[in-house]
Amino acid sequence: MSATARLIDELGAACEVRSAASSDAVDGVAPELVACPRSTDETAAVLRAAHRLGLRVVARGAGTKLSWGAPPSDVDLVIDTSRMDAVVAHAAGDLVVTVQAGLPLAVLQHALAPHGQRLSLDPVVAGTTLGGAIATASSGPLRYRYGSVRDLLIGITVVRADGTVTKSGGTVVKNVAGYDLGKLYTGSLGTLGVVTEAVFRCHPLPESTRWVTVNAPDPRRAAAAVATVRGSQNDPVALEVDRLAPGEPVSIGVALEGVAAGIDARCDEVARLLGEATGSRPAVAAAPPDWWGRLPHDPVTGPGATLSHEPAALAAILAEAPGAVRGSAGAGVLAVGLDPARVGADLDALRALAGRHGGSAVLRCTAPGVKEGLDVWGPVPAITLMRRVKDEFDPEHRLAPGRFVGGI
Amino acid sequence: MTAAPAVDVDVLAAEFTALLGADSVITDRQRLRTYECDGLTHHRVVPAIVVLPETAEQVAAVVRGCAAAQVPFVARGSGTGLSGGAQPHAEGVLIVTSRMRRILEIDPANERAVVEPGVFNLDVTKAASPQGWYFAPDPSSQQVCSVGGNVAENSGGAHCLKYGFTINHVLGVEVVTPDGELVWLGGTTRDTPGYDLLGAFIGSEGTLGITTKVVVRLLRTPESVRCLLAGFPGVDEAGTAVSSIIADGVTPAAIEMMDALAIEAAEAAVACGYPEGAGAVLIVELDGPAAEVEQTFAAAERHCTDAGAFEIRVARDDAQRALFWKGRKSAFAAVGRISPDYIVQDGVIPRSALPQVLRKIADLSSGTEIRVANVFHAGDGNLHPLVLFDDAVPGQAEQAEEVSGAILDLCIEQGGSITGEHGVGVDKSRYMSRMFTDDDLDTMQRLRCAFDPAGICNPGKVFPTPRLCGEVPGKHKGPHPLQQAGVAEQF
Repeated sequence: MSATARLIDELGAACEVRSAASSDAVDGVAPELVACPRSTDETAAVLRAAHRLGLRVVARGAGTKLSWGAPPSDVDLVIDTSRMDAVVAHAAGDLVVTVQAGLPLAVLQHALAPHGQRLSLDPVVAGTTLGGAIATASSGPLRYRYGSVRDLLIGITVVRADGTVTKSGGTVVKNVAGYDLGKLYTGSLGTLGVVTEAVFRCHPLPESTRWVTVNAPDPRRAAAAVATVRGSQNDPVALEVDRLAPGEPVSIGVALEGVAAGIDARCDEVARLLGEATGSRPAVAAAPPDWWGRLPHDPVTGPGATLSHEPAALAAILAEAPGAVRGSAGAGVLAVGLDPARVGADLDALRALAGRHGGSAVLRCTAPGVKEGLDVWGPVPAITLMRRVKDEFDPEHRLAPGRFVGGI
Repeated sequence: MTAAPAVDVDVLAAEFTALLGADSVITDRQRLRTYECDGLTHHRVVPAIVVLPETAEQVAAVVRGCAAAQVPFVARGSGTGLSGGAQPHAEGVLIVTSRMRRILEIDPANERAVVEPGVFNLDVTKAASPQGWYFAPDPSSQQVCSVGGNVAENSGGAHCLKYGFTINHVLGVEVVTPDGELVWLGGTTRDTPGYDLLGAFIGSEGTLGITTKVVVRLLRTPESVRCLLAGFPGVDEAGTAVSSIIADGVTPAAIEMMDALAIEAAEAAVACGYPEGAGAVLIVELDGPAAEVEQTFAAAERHCTDAGAFEIRVARDDAQRALFWKGRKSAFAAVGRISPDYIVQDGVIPRSALPQVLRKIADLSSGTEIRVANVFHAGDGNLHPLVLFDDAVPGQAEQAEEVSGAILDLCIEQGGSITGEHGVGVDKSRYMSRMFTDDDLDTMQRLRCAFDPAGICNPGKVFPTPRLCGEVPGKHKGPHPLQQAGVAEQF
């Protein structure tokens, strides 16, 4: 019996397990095995076995963002959550939904829509699961009004590295009992535990949605237009910019949601503000512009970075950032498509720029191997505390080792 | 938690006096008593030492002194908390932030303000409102509660239905860790690389460190605010109105409900002139762009009428709106007019379970001398039952405690929470194991161990049983196993 066959035998008591194929590689790092649990209990059983055997584990949903973050230093076992794809409960009257981690976001939206509800989270990458959205903290244009994943998540079930099942939060929106560990898990790239279930607050589907768009000839006028909308009282749900390359004009998109009877007046006002600030003629449409909510780089191979900045620094960011810039200027979080020929230099320039404006730049994704020798994360405040958190939750560093900040 | 240390209080006090000056250190028993409780007044503990630092560096120095001597410390802002989160430790140091009350920056262009922890919640809005901005969290105590306290408790308020809690409105905090280091969690922008320690810190009830600066988000003042007061025959009809408004896709800024007994108390206290004979009133407030609010407000009004409201008053102006709110905001104190003693409870249920839970609460108190007045944030199912009793009558206090506890059991049964905004503190730590398993609580305390392995930072709060830290295998001192070494040069 081969070593792999023996492992399959050991883990197979917990759930379905198979040998890994080349397509199961995690950012270029090949695992031995793939486990496909159907429930929290099965996930716990397989993690207990992995704990006993000392296996290094990476959790995977749809596998759309495995190239985000740093590549793992090593992987033995991939836990594929895609069979945990049920809507566990939807309390429509309470605007709360409980899902399994492997449920695709699009499927959830489809289930909520007949009830006139949605999860106010954009699919940054097509096919994304909710577990994947939590692990990567990925959110799109709607974060301007509704916040990011962590702001919508109200409860979570996580299996720890040793197979212990733990919950925090609950199924009501307002709840301050105990530590809110959902925040801690969000964006942790699977380094603290394997998410198996999550509870989200929903929002009513808007009666009508409009996009007001305009082209600004230069960064200064683009920033003025964004600032005037931010300072207005029109309550947009999203405020995005798109600049294809340095020196190019800047597209601005403002999304408004609300009752049909009031939306036209609000669009007119936003259009007036945008027109005055840019000197260009805005357009109002019932559909978003084609660039809306899409990353300005390949979502897998990039090369792409995220840039956070103080909102008032937008003119400088748009003038000086290398590459293609797109994202929530309202929230001060942008995606940047870098030049494949000069990823390191662009990243350094971006990081220096972000540093001048209170923010940070993180290398999000590249083709395999490109990250080698590059500082993916940049300076990380409170890194000592983060290491201590990792040591407490995963003392043997078997969960997604090396994927996160500081080699965590 | 931590064994009472055999530390000479005089030695520690002398050390703090050298650091902070004599007028910032209190050891006189009489003066110490000023700080013996927070808003949960029936829990009283006199601290060994009180210090009143003026800077973050002073807080850090005091905490380092505590850490070196292994003496517990507790942070306190304005002391308005209702769960005993700031209850002092008898052998410990109480670090009071009331002298750290500077607003350091109001920056509308970046939609933020930077404040010290002792700044009153409402003062942030007062400072920002001339430029058209405000700080959204609005606990009822907002005139006197501190922003540092809001961070510790993840405070909400009436308007969190639409705008969320403190956690949704803080970009970063500077904190003193339990070993006395000053670090920033989060920052001045929305995303910072690494674990969301900021998200975990907010609402940790002072058990992970002491906040010394807060970067809060400012929101643009809404163009239009409209408010109505509706009188209903009873809570069932009012509850139906709430459900209909929500089901219609309207998200009000606030929906507050009071039942007959709460109305009676408010009338006695502040003569708020609520609709006569109402078995329940609703305050419904909507805000946003005028073109939007006009429509949604009309819908809310219609839903109230359809649900059986016998009187609806629409606020003509801010003065009348303030009058609507006056009865609601004074409700806790007002029950003092109709009962010698009372317990303020704080629990959460799924909103849709409201009618049945209210009936069960009524059942709990029927056949006893105990009455329950109900005030709640109806939009998000956050109940504040006020359990009325007379301490002078033997047995009533115990009976009231029993009813109050049974209400929490109801909340848990319904899949709700034992606290929506007042926190666990000392008051509810014994209920935590009804809501969470031992494994859940153990996992939460692993976070605590990462921050406070010695267990000296606000010990005895939140968790029913402390977890001993440092027993975890792999708490390594030297370089960690292969996998880490392998990536070390990558960063």
